[in-house]
Amino acid sequence: MAKVHVTATLNGNAVEFLCETRQTLLQILRDELHLTGTKEGCGTGDCGACSVTVDGRLMCSCLILGAEMQGKSIQTIEGMADGEKLHPLQRKFLEHAALQCGVCTPGVLVAAKSLLERNPDPTEEEVRYWLAGNLCRCTGYNKIIEAVLDAASEMRRA
Amino acid sequence: MHEMRYEAPKTLAAAVSLLAGASGQARVLAGGTDLLIQMRGGRVDPELLVDIKGIPEMTSIVAENGVFRFGAAVPCMELVEHEAFAKAWPGVTDGANLIGSIQVRGRATAGGNLCNASPAADTVPALIAAGATVSVVGPKGRREVPVEDIATGPGKTSLARGEIVASFLLPRRPPRSGDAYLRFIPRTEMDIAVVGAGINLTLDESGVCSQARVCIGAVAERALLVREAAAALIGTKVDAEALQRMAAAVSAACRPIDDKRGTKEYRIKVAGVMARRAAQIALDRARRKN
Ligand SMILES: Cc1cc2nc3c(=O)[nH]c(=O)nc-3n(C[C@H](O)[C@H](O)[C@H](O)COP(=O)(O)OP(=O)(O)OC[C@H]3O[C@@H](n4cnc5c(N)ncnc54)[C@H](O)[C@@H]3O)c2cc1C
Ligand code: FES
Ligand code: FES
Repeated sequence: MAKVHVTATLNGNAVEFLCETRQTLLQILRDELHLTGTKEGCGTGDCGACSVTVDGRLMCSCLILGAEMQGKSIQTIEGMADGEKLHPLQRKFLEHAALQCGVCTPGVLVAAKSLLERNPDPTEEEVRYWLAGNLCRCTGYNKIIEAVLDAASEMRRA
Repeated sequence: MHEMRYEAPKTLAAAVSLLAGASGQARVLAGGTDLLIQMRGGRVDPELLVDIKGIPEMTSIVAENGVFRFGAAVPCMELVEHEAFAKAWPGVTDGANLIGSIQVRGRATAGGNLCNASPAADTVPALIAAGATVSVVGPKGRREVPVEDIATGPGKTSLARGEIVASFLLPRRPPRSGDAYLRFIPRTEMDIAVVGAGINLTLDESGVCSQARVCIGAVAERALLVREAAAALIGTKVDAEALQRMAAAVSAACRPIDDKRGTKEYRIKVAGVMARRAAQIALDRARRKN
């Protein structure tokens, strides 16, 4: 089967891959590039576990084809920490115990980062609204919201 | 499963000739939030996907003398974040803002919402109420079509083979105009409309309604433009009595199905209520714009 050759930017670095036309970006990330931080919960756009940003926009990688990524800039959870240094959101998630099984966590973090880039001082309601596409079956959400608000306030002071 | 070709043409002409020249099933790929799920479920199995997001006319928002033209492949988030657009057409913005989550709206387009032809599509009643037209480009050239003439039934459109919805055009608004879209869902987020109601109205200097369009979704095989409901508002001050007559006309026009989201009787009743509430919002918006 003829494959599509794609050149893109992934977490700031140039990346090249060959993909079948039916492969999703999520499959490319996990199965071809072996970046397994991005999770598959549903495969139908409902859970947000596969959240990434493409050219700065938050999206579900399960609803994107790899072939569409020609020339695009993709950010995944792997690009969030600075080497060993965790992003404030990651640190606050640990401090607030905002995760249990952790399957939703990479998607929630990527989504929360995208919110704080647009709105450094969100209200609780704005955080809940922005994260409505990220389902969590474990935490009951309150700790996630607290961690995001706390990270936002720390980042504003920094 | 056979081989599927993926193409990303840079012009409408190239996209049309790819679609028209395909030997098997060919599909336009916009945001893919309907199509990729249908492919995954095996409901559609195209031989060719034509990704239209590289075509400038289809991905830009242009405002000129109060007229807005936006590409059918503009993602909902971009439309919602466009301040001048949101100010001019708050009801259309309401519709676009209700689709899925932030992630889904980052990809989902009004063109895909229309051409997927779900009777519950959230941008469609708002666009029809707004009097929007679409520019359709195909092997025989370009034609301008009212939005209400595109969807014909669930999953069915009036588009001919090879035709693409290129852009939406929203007419210049008279002063004292307002629009609104409301939907009713069993949950508070991420659900499919049981009823959707889009209203667009204009008041004259004395506050009398001079123009109105009323469109309801999810209560028939496609979104319905209800002229009798609009007629109940025109010539009135949009008082309680006019709103009541408008709601009755909306309910009378419904021909819904029974499903797990709501029975027929329920949908018919709720349609009137949603239309009345949407009209109240549209009225408040029109009064603020003078
Ligand atoms: C989790 C989730 C939640 C959702 N919630 C909602 C909701 O609340 N309300 C709602 O209305 N919808 C909802 N949807 C459905 C979907 O997101 C919308 O219908 C969306 O607008 C489709 O746009 P798209 O660009 O993704 O279309 P695509 O999937 O790319 O295309 C849909 C269909 O239209 C055709 N098409 C697309 N663009 C054109 C064009 N310009 N010309 C001709 N044909 C074209 C395609 O070939 C395909 O058949 C949801 C989807 C998901 C996954
Ligand atoms: S895996 Fe993509 S939204 Fe659930
Ligand atoms: S921590 Fe388990 S799903 Fe969120």
